[in-house]
Amino acid sequence: MYCSVRLAKMTKIMCLAVPVRVISKEGDAAETEIAGVRRLVSIALTPEVKVGDYVLLHTGYAIGIVDEAEAKETLKLLEEIVSLSEAHR
Amino acid sequence: MKLIDEYQNSALARKLAIRIANRSAKPIRLMEFCGGHTHAIMRYGIRQLLPETVEMRAGPGCPVCVTATADLDKAIAMAHLAGVIITTFGDMMRVPGSHSSLQQTRAEGADIRVIYSAMDAVEIARSNPQKSVILIGIGFEATAPTIAAATIKAQKEGIENFYVLSLLKLCPPVMKAILELGEIRLDGIICPGHVSVIIGSYPYEFIPKNHNVGCVISGFEPLDILLCIDRLVEQIESGQPKVEIAYRRGVKPEGNEKALELMGEVFEIAQANWRGIGVVPQSGLRVSQKYEHFDADNLFRLNLKPTGEPKGCRCGEILRGIATPPECGLFSKVCTPEKPIGPCMVSNEGACAAYYKYGGISYER
Amino acid sequence: MSDNVLLAHGSGGRLSHDLIEKKLLPPLANPMLNRLDDSATFEFSGHLAFTTDSYVVNPIFFPGGDIGKLAICGTVNDLSMNGAKPLYLSLSLILEEGFSLSELDRIVGSIKAAAEEAEVRIITGDTKVVNQGQADKLFINTSGIGAVPLGIDISGANARAGDKIILSGTIGDHGIAVMCQREGFKFSTPVQSDCAPLNKLVSQMLKSSPRIHCLRDPTRGGLATVLNEFTQQSNVGIVLEEDKIPIKESVKAACELLGFDPLYLANEGKLVAIAEPGDAGKILAEMQQNIYGRDAAIIGEVSNAHPGMVLMKTKLGPSRVVDMLSGELLPRIC
Repeated sequence: MYCSVRLAKMTKIMCLAVPVRVISKEGDAAETEIAGVRRLVSIALTPEVKVGDYVLLHTGYAIGIVDEAEAKETLKLLEEIVSLSEAHR
Repeated sequence: MKLIDEYQNSALARKLAIRIANRSAKPIRLMEFCGGHTHAIMRYGIRQLLPETVEMRAGPGCPVCVTATADLDKAIAMAHLAGVIITTFGDMMRVPGSHSSLQQTRAEGADIRVIYSAMDAVEIARSNPQKSVILIGIGFEATAPTIAAATIKAQKEGIENFYVLSLLKLCPPVMKAILELGEIRLDGIICPGHVSVIIGSYPYEFIPKNHNVGCVISGFEPLDILLCIDRLVEQIESGQPKVEIAYRRGVKPEGNEKALELMGEVFEIAQANWRGIGVVPQSGLRVSQKYEHFDADNLFRLNLKPTGEPKGCRCGEILRGIATPPECGLFSKVCTPEKPIGPCMVSNEGACAAYYKYGGISYER
Repeated sequence: MSDNVLLAHGSGGRLSHDLIEKKLLPPLANPMLNRLDDSATFEFSGHLAFTTDSYVVNPIFFPGGDIGKLAICGTVNDLSMNGAKPLYLSLSLILEEGFSLSELDRIVGSIKAAAEEAEVRIITGDTKVVNQGQADKLFINTSGIGAVPLGIDISGANARAGDKIILSGTIGDHGIAVMCQREGFKFSTPVQSDCAPLNKLVSQMLKSSPRIHCLRDPTRGGLATVLNEFTQQSNVGIVLEEDKIPIKESVKAACELLGFDPLYLANEGKLVAIAEPGDAGKILAEMQQNIYGRDAAIIGEVSNAHPGMVLMKTKLGPSRVVDMLSGELLPRIC
């Protein structure tokens, strides 16, 4: 049902979470998508999520909602600090 | 892939590395606490982009690596009980315990299944009402709320044959323990990204305050890690250590309140036994009284043989950052991913596995 | 006929003959097979290549193929990797009692189609049935004979410094197709296994240049394992460029979700060629004309430095080691 992966051998890195986009939600589950791959995940930890949001998927659960504004800000910041240091050299 | 590719921009990464090199004057030592960061740093070759003044050390943030042998022995003993199905995450299967491993125990006929999600274990319990299904709960604060949510769901749905053996651990207390041990001088800590999505940034305040060590929360893509190191170098060079969130798209200062609420309902703080470090007070989670009927620890009587540690294995020191994998005499000669001696080589997040897989250039095989 | 395989279908008696004559012979019929003698005989003079492989993939049906297609392509490709022209195959089936005959029909249909595309003939075979629970649906073994043309010397030991490394297309497709089918992943467009017979591609490549030193198909263990094998057999080093390695976005995403490194995933319709630098461009152009080489790319080169080691220049610039697959493989991927 949920994104259960019953493998005899799993190589997953436990710390990691993958950003996936919510395409629909029902109850405590949401259908999500990344590059064409769909996964059903639990939103028990992020019940306030909206369709269209990106969530961080960790062991079958959305553990946090990605702040897209901050995502853009971080990239902007990176560009800025890099061009700043180039200008100073 | 959106929200991943943008943070792998190589041109930006190289420029950021140059900026770090220009700013970094004094030799400093940074600990990447989390196994996921160790893995990413090795995989992207980040060390080679950094100036010689910046030294990186892996920390104990690998849930498999820090599971005490006695706890693994306990899980293996549970696997031998009649009518039990053991469910476990990731690489726990291959870690050698004192006398056996979960993989070996499965080959001897025990019902042990690898799962990707706590909800899988609940499903297995639902489909096997005659069996007792025990989830070996390893992980930190990113995983703990998922196990809490699964347990609450099991409760709601009247699933009574699901149990958790909580080996869950908390990051800030062990960071405190390592800083207080003072075995190595640390100037900055790269704080775990997804643990922080849950706990936020406040729990790390003691690090700059009590220890004068810089502290930046990082994401896992190359630009995230380089930005984090840039911020740490800045803090250290300017003599202003503080807690900063570099992973702003994922981490809020207050964390994920819903997740913390569920964690607090199902678990309570207890001491935990960290491999290589020992017992650290208030650094683990045990199942709370309210949910005690889900607690595997409570409910199964075990006969445990004495624990043994493999000779020559330096996992403990590697986990504390006072040795690097190539400094262990067993590394790559006796201890390899095919025949691991200690957990740091078994787990994909373990420092030794990362060094072995990605770092072959500078040491002999 | 019953709907399912019975133990008696393997006993050698009337039901066995029924199974062969009604289910297996008609789609695969050819003069040599039709004789149904204990062994097939044929005349040949020249250099022969001979190979065998068993197929236990789970699940038996997956996007882009099934165990039948795999059984033909895998063996055809093993022959092709020596430069041999595949000629004849044997087909051995071990069926589980209770296996659905309509599924058997589908699989035999795939076998027929793959054999026709590869232009090989199945000239001998065997069918056994075991009790329920003693084989997971069915296992297949194919052995193949091919003709090695004069003057062809392709071997893993022939790589030389300066040679270019050419990959025929995207990696990880088969491994992900099977894993995702097994685990019930959904896709907007499912990743298809790349299972395909490569003999015609190889023949085109050899026509365009005699200076191909090595050929191998990166099946179990993936691209990383094959390249490591070359470094050891030839005692050379290899340097790859990460951003030149073709891989589909959806495969990348599935790898992120499953925690796999695509360099280690099985491919069933791809090959790696190591060729002299002067001819690499020509060979590449030829490959791109073939349906199974459309996404071919030069992904690295052979070096004298660090013999026995494969290095990869990452997207960011620094290099890292690409080790052989260590630890346990994905079970039953082919």
